[in-house]
Amino acid sequence: MSVDLAPPRGISTFALQLRRFRQNGLSMASVVVLAAIVALCFLGPLAFPFTGEDADFDFISAPATFSWPHLFGTDDFGRDLLVRVLEGGQVSLTIGFLGALVAGVIGVLYGAAAGYVGGRADGLMMRVVEILYGFPYVILVILLSLLFGGGNIALFAAIVFTLWLTPAVIVRAQAQSLAQREFVQAARAGGMTGPAIVLQHIVPNCMSIVIVYGSLLVPEVILSESFLSFLGIGIKEPQASWGNLIQTGTAAMDTDLRLLLLPGGLLATVLLCLNFIADGLRDAFNPNDR
Amino acid sequence: MLRFIGKRLWHGGLTLAALVTLTFFVMRLAPGGPFSRNRKISPEVQANIEAAFHLDEPIWQQFGRFVWGVLRLDLGPSTRHRDYSVNDLIASGLPYSLTIGFWAVVVAAMVGVALGLAGALRRNSATDYLAGIVGVVGIAIPIFVIGPLLQATFALRLDWLPVGGINNGWHSLILPVVVLALPNIAYISRLTRTSMIETQRENYIRTARAKGIGWRRVLWRHTLTGALLPVIAYLGPATAAIITGSILIETIFAVPGIGRHFVDAALNRDYPLVMGITLLYGGILILFNIATDVIRAVLDPRIRNER
Repeated sequence: MSVDLAPPRGISTFALQLRRFRQNGLSMASVVVLAAIVALCFLGPLAFPFTGEDADFDFISAPATFSWPHLFGTDDFGRDLLVRVLEGGQVSLTIGFLGALVAGVIGVLYGAAAGYVGGRADGLMMRVVEILYGFPYVILVILLSLLFGGGNIALFAAIVFTLWLTPAVIVRAQAQSLAQREFVQAARAGGMTGPAIVLQHIVPNCMSIVIVYGSLLVPEVILSESFLSFLGIGIKEPQASWGNLIQTGTAAMDTDLRLLLLPGGLLATVLLCLNFIADGLRDAFNPNDR
Repeated sequence: MLRFIGKRLWHGGLTLAALVTLTFFVMRLAPGGPFSRNRKISPEVQANIEAAFHLDEPIWQQFGRFVWGVLRLDLGPSTRHRDYSVNDLIASGLPYSLTIGFWAVVVAAMVGVALGLAGALRRNSATDYLAGIVGVVGIAIPIFVIGPLLQATFALRLDWLPVGGINNGWHSLILPVVVLALPNIAYISRLTRTSMIETQRENYIRTARAKGIGWRRVLWRHTLTGALLPVIAYLGPATAAIITGSILIETIFAVPGIGRHFVDAALNRDYPLVMGITLLYGGILILFNIATDVIRAVLDPRIRNER
């Protein structure tokens, strides 16, 4: 009897990591839930004949009756709660993912350049990071959003400006050891310029560590945004965001918890999912750290 | 060791100097001033007000005046609260903030380490899962969601505790302290658990057991002291988290502490007060970061001898 033995198929590290991530049930479930929430936030409001800023004067402070058109009722301006929460989600999620991406890119480039160049330039660049690290993070965000004059762009800039530090430090440590490796020396001997080496050799080799820490940046950015909006410094009425919706809900909580529970619950679910995904990524990329 | 402390103090001073400069220029460059409100005032009055707060001087002179004031610990008058200096306002708010912050740290450290220890010693037991759930909840549910929820439950529905304020003695402290401690309990218990599990596998623990030391003594004297190093390293970030949290806590529970003053001042563009509280927070954070590094260096010679 002969058994057909397929020759072992080569598998890339990335495919292996992806496979390990897929085996993590909690993380995969989180991905599904998160995708559902994102889809709901961006597509859901289209199903309603009004926007979150339209007041319906026949239904002011309507309770949650789960009936058309106001499934979860309205707020005290007659605006549909569910649509407002979904639209707020668009803002919070966009700032979260975009903010993490931009902060990540800035941090990676800065860290890779510092680690590759080394010497005095590296010392100076890292001293800047160290000083910024010593600042109380929230205070810095509040000061910067005051400087940029409020509004979405200002908020975004302030958050990005304070969150690029961690990726920079992590990547710099990695880049420092990569810069000593033979393939980098070979590239230099072959006549590649510094920026090209950083972009084509250093950065790709830092990717796995960047993905792991980057996935932790997303919940941090979302949390910062809602924190500031809750205090009244970030996104302001009438534009909805989870932070200012929760703030409105807090003011009305002795009569009506629904205004607090819906945005608060959604925010907590998203943060929970993002944390589980980050855990899964960490386990998949460095299985020894578990 | 002295050199190490000296270096850390020098870096801390540098950070503080940068913070002073940055705060000053950010507040001056930010659009809108404390007196640019809609109210119509005659140019003479405007000029008088600006002269009283030295806003008519060139910016370098204002900066010099500010730095000189900081060096003498005199932060000037508040532009919003008439007749109060920044020092008065900070002095009135600081006791409340410190009380809540102090108890939150104590509760977080004790409960966090206890949960982490219990989880590490009996892995996959009910306690371990409970600690895991507390950890996940504490990290994922933000303070400004869990705070109002606890308020609604324990103050409004059950009427066990006051909703907020400071007039009911230690009863008013319970909810703010618990809510502020929760995220830190989560981090500390996770940190303790992983580092306990790692330390239990170390060779020196096996050596200690092999020498015939009882497991109880090994646990308290050998494993725990080694395992708590990362927890102590978390002291710096924990201070930052407590500061951030206290801003929220004081808003949610209507505590007249400095976090509340800070938010009000930021919204009202009360420059001197914002700068004063920023420097206070920055100073506290820098001090705790230095303290953390020094404690770790005392406990761990590997850190002390870094270049």
